[in-house]
Amino acid sequence: MKRLDALRAIYSHLEDRVVVTIMGAVAAELQSIGHRQNFFYLQHAMGLASSMGLGIALTRPERQVVVFDGDGSVLMNLGGLTTLARYRPRNMVHVVFDNESLLSVGGFPTATSTGTDLAAIAAAAGVPRTATVRTVDEFSRAFAEAIAAQDLTTIVAKVDAVGPSKYVTDLSLLENRFAFQRYLAIT
Amino acid sequence: MSPVSTAHSRLIYDALKTCDVRLMSALPETWLVHLVRMADEDPDMTLVRLAKEEEGVGISAGAHLAGVKSAMLMQNHGLLASINGIVSCAQLYRIPLLMLVSYRGDFGERDPWQTEGGAVTEDLLRALRIPFSHLDHPDHVARRIAKAQTLALSANKPVALLLCRDLMWEEG
Repeated sequence: MKRLDALRAIYSHLEDRVVVTIMGAVAAELQSIGHRQNFFYLQHAMGLASSMGLGIALTRPERQVVVFDGDGSVLMNLGGLTTLARYRPRNMVHVVFDNESLLSVGGFPTATSTGTDLAAIAAAAGVPRTATVRTVDEFSRAFAEAIAAQDLTTIVAKVDAVGPSKYVTDLSLLENRFAFQRYLAIT
Repeated sequence: MSPVSTAHSRLIYDALKTCDVRLMSALPETWLVHLVRMADEDPDMTLVRLAKEEEGVGISAGAHLAGVKSAMLMQNHGLLASINGIVSCAQLYRIPLLMLVSYRGDFGERDPWQTEGGAVTEDLLRALRIPFSHLDHPDHVARRIAKAQTLALSANKPVALLLCRDLMWEEG
């Protein structure tokens, strides 16, 4: 499964949801499909996208939050999974695109390439719903089920280690940040 | 009885409430026990207990963008553990953070393991260009917390208040 195809498959579900992504390919590919004011791209601070999602989900329980994470980022903040599970925001879906590598810095393999199972780690941390998916159909189904379940779900989507040709887009970081804050203030 | 000052912890907590802080992240340490307990017992406060302090940067960033004022409780070693998040989330994205940092390892410290962190705390804050002030006397607690938050929000950047031994600890 290509991450871009997975994102395309669920893009229509993101229209009225609060979306936080990690840096690199995920941010660039989601923007290539179409940026929206309700999307925030954390273009650094690896590991903290899920913490940001938790901060939003806890303070805005009426909103649905979707976090697009990655294996490299999750591995930098495994403790954050325990915090997520502890507070169990039922309005949050946590997607981890696992390409088993640090793609944007040259494709060096991460520990998921040698067997580390992030869905199992999330489950063991206490995340109530977890899944590992390998095809776009499986991913679309798991995402729809997570929304319907109204409970914290971590979906590990195994994706090919391929990304966009470039990572810098014409959306400035601060423009994105202030527009996203304004979006949350008025909706 | 713990020699951590309950009365001064209450002063700090009440000042945070006056500043409309509605979410606190914390990684407990000795000096923070009363503050964490007060947050835990307050039905109007969302307390997020962390595995590591850097998570608190992300949580406060999310809360801020969602329109909620927050504060972070940590030891100075937790500040050391949060540096990348502070720089590459809060400073890069101009996010206000109100950080209350217990200033271990300063004069009077008896625990040898706290002393290196104490020795670098202020230089670290200066290197990160984080405005900071000391909370070392009950008379200025409320005012300094309010002013720190005001600057954090007007400048859109992290600020730190160092919780000092003279305020937090009831033995000499």
